[in-house]
Amino acid sequence: MQTSVKPSSLADVANAKAPKVPGTAALGTGLETRGVHAWFGKHHALSNISLDFAAGTVTALIGPSGCGKSTFIRTINRMHEFIPGAAMAGEVLLDGKDVYAPGTDVTKIRLQIGMVFQKPNPFPSMTIGENVLSGLKLAQLKVDNKDDLLQECLERAGLWSEVKDRLGAHGGSLSGGQQQRLCIARALAVRPQVLLMDEPCSALDPGSTLRIEDTIRHLSDTMTIIIVTHNMQQAARVSDYTAFFLSDGGPGQMIEVAPTSEIFSRPQDSRTESYVTGRFG
Amino acid sequence: MTMIPTPTKPWAASTKDRAVDGSIFALSLLSSYLLVFLTPLKGKLACFVCFFLAYAIFTTAFKGIQRGNAAAKDALVNSLVAIGAIVTVIPAASILATVLKKGLPGISFNLFTHDMALATPTDPLSNGGLLHAITGTLTLMVLALIMSVPIGILTALYLTEIKGRFTGPIRFLVQAMSGVPSIVAGLFILSAILYPITKGYSGFMGALALTILMIPTIARTSEEVLNLIPNDLREAGTALGGTQWRTVAMIVLPAARSGLVTAVILGVARIAGETAPILLLTGGGDKVNPNAFTGPMGSLPYYIWKSFNAGSPEAITRAWAGLLVLVGLVLFLFTSARFLGSRKVSK
Amino acid sequence: MSTQELVIPAPREIVTEPRRSDKVFRGVVTGGGLSSLVILGLIAIFLGYRGFEVLRQEGIGFITHSDWSISTDDAGNVLDSHFGLAAMLVGTILCSLIAVVIAVPISVFSALFLNFYAPGWLKKILITIIDMMAAFPSILFGIWGFLVLMPSVEYWAKLLHRYLGFFPIFDMQVPVYTRSPFVAGVVLSIMIIPIITSVSREIFSQAPLDRIQAAYALGATRWAMIKAVVIPHGRSGVIGGAMLGLGRAMGETVAVFTVLNIVFQVNWQMLLGAGGNVASLIILKFGDASPYEIKALMAAGLILFLLTLVVNAIANLIVKTTGKSGR
Repeated sequence: MQTSVKPSSLADVANAKAPKVPGTAALGTGLETRGVHAWFGKHHALSNISLDFAAGTVTALIGPSGCGKSTFIRTINRMHEFIPGAAMAGEVLLDGKDVYAPGTDVTKIRLQIGMVFQKPNPFPSMTIGENVLSGLKLAQLKVDNKDDLLQECLERAGLWSEVKDRLGAHGGSLSGGQQQRLCIARALAVRPQVLLMDEPCSALDPGSTLRIEDTIRHLSDTMTIIIVTHNMQQAARVSDYTAFFLSDGGPGQMIEVAPTSEIFSRPQDSRTESYVTGRFG
Repeated sequence: MTMIPTPTKPWAASTKDRAVDGSIFALSLLSSYLLVFLTPLKGKLACFVCFFLAYAIFTTAFKGIQRGNAAAKDALVNSLVAIGAIVTVIPAASILATVLKKGLPGISFNLFTHDMALATPTDPLSNGGLLHAITGTLTLMVLALIMSVPIGILTALYLTEIKGRFTGPIRFLVQAMSGVPSIVAGLFILSAILYPITKGYSGFMGALALTILMIPTIARTSEEVLNLIPNDLREAGTALGGTQWRTVAMIVLPAARSGLVTAVILGVARIAGETAPILLLTGGGDKVNPNAFTGPMGSLPYYIWKSFNAGSPEAITRAWAGLLVLVGLVLFLFTSARFLGSRKVSK
Repeated sequence: MSTQELVIPAPREIVTEPRRSDKVFRGVVTGGGLSSLVILGLIAIFLGYRGFEVLRQEGIGFITHSDWSISTDDAGNVLDSHFGLAAMLVGTILCSLIAVVIAVPISVFSALFLNFYAPGWLKKILITIIDMMAAFPSILFGIWGFLVLMPSVEYWAKLLHRYLGFFPIFDMQVPVYTRSPFVAGVVLSIMIIPIITSVSREIFSQAPLDRIQAAYALGATRWAMIKAVVIPHGRSGVIGGAMLGLGRAMGETVAVFTVLNIVFQVNWQMLLGAGGNVASLIILKFGDASPYEIKALMAAGLILFLLTLVVNAIANLIVKTTGKSGR
């Protein structure tokens, strides 16, 4: 990957952004996982992940392909169970309540924990405006003023100025980066507490990537964000905390979690150091 | 200044190659005419066959002498596959040409304004028409559509969205159902509904049999269409807090709309000209019958069948005119299915 | 993080209680999905139920004898009846086999042409024509076959008989060429060529491109490449397609009825104008059949249903397994 980048420069990047004291934002207690395991049939994909996500922070999950990062965030909003043969163990606590507790309304969980996917996927049969508000229709929520919400979501996703004159156009007429911001706006419309992002920029060009990162920094004032990324510079640029995942042939494990600047300047584990300095992965 | 060279295609056939091809073509044509002229072989078809054989032999021999054994075999297969393709499409051309040639004389204005209540197939063409057959066929199609579309699409949804325990067996059964002979579908409705319950011919009985024949076509085509909808969209819908039902109804089905319409049209085209169950079940009346549930109902296939079997020149012309109308209908359906199917789903 | 001796917990049971709307949705969709099972089951049950009396009376003779006669007294009571399908079954199989034997090479050649020889524009046109042919109604093939195709097929049948008559299948005692199984077979072959061609084309187009290019890179001619890569890849798929065509040919009714002379006598001589066909028998006898004879026709329908079901099942299995291993 980025073999030419020295760890110190990534640390500089990590330090360059506005410092943020975790937990200050006036939100709920946030999200916590305790001893989460995941299986696909017999295959043990993820082992014993315990992580705290303080409210109003951005946490980046980094690590080589196949180390279970995506599986992990999909266990958080219960998308994991759609894969046939999927199983899990441990607890995912949202505001202290286990999302896997019997009797939980899964759709409510997914409203509270939004998700943005790797590839932009606006709904093809809907216009830009309908796409943004589609979550309300899907979950049968009522809002008083749809137009205000539409504008607010598009503004927060940094897309308003580009699409305000063509809200009736189809989502497919936007560029890839705009589509992805549309998907972010769509996720915002149902006012989630947590936003999961599964490599949101991997299908985009560098310019669009920067705009999305900008959006992420702004959003983190009001919500908890977990972002999976292959791009270490991106992790350094946007995240407050970074967790390093690795699979040594067995199930994926979390090797280390720390404030982002420390992961890139003083990693505790030698494997983390090898990875962030580009010796493998 | 750099010279920009003119683009060339060194791999394209040169003038010399074309000349050689042309002379082989002419040679085969000549020899096939000679064969037909000198031997007892007669007729257009014989001429075609001789030409193909001669062409295959000449190209093979030429390539063999020019480039050797492997090239000879290649050239032989070359001409064989071309012959195969030509033989495949010749019947289509012949069928369309015949229907047009023999059907057009029978087409007249009164065909679309009169029924056969006061005429018999052997009457002069100015008497009667096929209004009853057209309305009957349309009625049958609409009824079959109303019954088969929900079942067909539900089956496709089961195969693509639910993916339950029975997915494998049901996919297999749908395939098996598409192989059910139409006469068997007719016999089934006869034995299960017409004899024990309604005890009389009606358009509805025919529509029931057509429904059985139509379901597998709709289900299989819809399944293919729904499988093309990226799974991302379903996940996005669910991640936004949609239940499965709302995700399917609001996102998956709208995204697949034009493909589903294609599936339905293909299903209708499949049954529009279906004859055997119609003969068993509808009774084939000669009058426009607006009630599909009682009394015999005419239809294009029945009309064609009856006229064809009557045998007189007028009746045969009627049959061809009916076939022309039927083929026109089928081709219209087929073309619209193609058109809708080729239109890209907006991204 | 301590990564010492970790005890892996047992997987937790994920309890997803779907909302009521989803339960209803899944129920309705599953119900719709099961309809094919219900319909196929009902077909077998009802035809079996109606035909049971005849099947019991005739026993195995229903498929081994070839008499078909019924006599009734003036009141309509059945005095004597003999129902046997042997000639019809032999005829059905003979016609379908002729159709498949003619159709398979032509279909394979045209599928190869479409995939590996035709330029793009021609390929598009040809595929449209072939799909269109598959949508033609069978009565059209029947009448066209009777009025246009039959005269020339008879001419070729005479040639076959004159020059290849020493083969038993081309032999015949009485020179009657009209409405023979051969004519019906040719009409059927034209009807199933589109089916076999599109199945073969599909299978051939799945032939791995890297292996095709590897063959060319080794200096293979187009035919050598096809022989080395495409044929081994598509062989069983083509067989499956041929079986699908066979199933379709066996169940075809109207087209065969129009061009075949139905005779209740087992006849393997394909050029002789005397054949049999189960589906056509039903159409032939239905018009003026007594209630008891209708039962015999139901039984015949059941036999035809089971025959096509088996052929189609085998065909689908073959196509399915090829599709999987091919990828």
